[in-house]
Amino acid sequence: MADPMRIRASMQGDKVLVRVLMSHEMETGQRKDESGSVVPAHFIQSVSAVHNGKTVLSAEWGPAVSKNPFLQFQFAGGKLGDKIQIIWTDNKGDTRTDEATVS
Amino acid sequence: METIVEFDRERRDLLKAALGAAALAAAGFMRPGAAVAQGAWNKNAFASKTLDEVVKAYGGARAEPTSEISWGSTPEIAENGAVVPVSVTSRIANTESIAILIEKNPNALAARFQFPEGTDPTVSTRVKIGQSSNVHALIKTKDGKFYVATREVKVTLGGCGG
Repeated sequence: MADPMRIRASMQGDKVLVRVLMSHEMETGQRKDESGSVVPAHFIQSVSAVHNGKTVLSAEWGPAVSKNPFLQFQFAGGKLGDKIQIIWTDNKGDTRTDEATVS
Repeated sequence: METIVEFDRERRDLLKAALGAAALAAAGFMRPGAAVAQGAWNKNAFASKTLDEVVKAYGGARAEPTSEISWGSTPEIAENGAVVPVSVTSRIANTESIAILIEKNPNALAARFQFPEGTDPTVSTRVKIGQSSNVHALIKTKDGKFYVATREVKVTLGGCGG
């Protein structure tokens, strides 16, 4: 399983600012390795952010998102102590969920 | 933290939907126009070569040029094309989604973000830009209209690896 995501969720005025650093190769499928074989595409396809059971962001990604993806967004209606989950799923069907507390 | 001890029903259903949609998409079974589950992946959009094709893949005809976008910290010149920060904020009312396209990449669409009610129409991420190229921010509003803002990003070291 990939390394945990690093999630920072903080109050900025009345909004929750969320910054996420994910761990993923985001392989495009266009690269060749030393022996000349194409390295297969392996990349996060979908991302969701959930707060209090509600989706606050959803995203579709392609392999042009950089390796170890960074994501930042902000939403209203959260407060200190609330939990945010970030979920990603990649093109191989692997998935990862991590959680952070708004602080 | 990796494991969540107590799944509430909604989180479990969301995970199931994401996993289900990903498995279906991988098997090629997602029908175009099928009810879009959270995180359903638009295969046609990600295979599109041009802005117009991406707009069509999302059900539009054309995107109207706009300048009602802020590009935040998106650079004009990127030293490393593998990791180019792109920030887009839409000032267009009722923005529902923002997609980032790199015109000269093998496939134009890099990422698309959907903003439910209560989430600001602004996003930052990092993308690969293979060679100096126009970057498009494609906005869809709740009434189904498309708008596009364009900015050139020069890269000194191309971003597709190898």
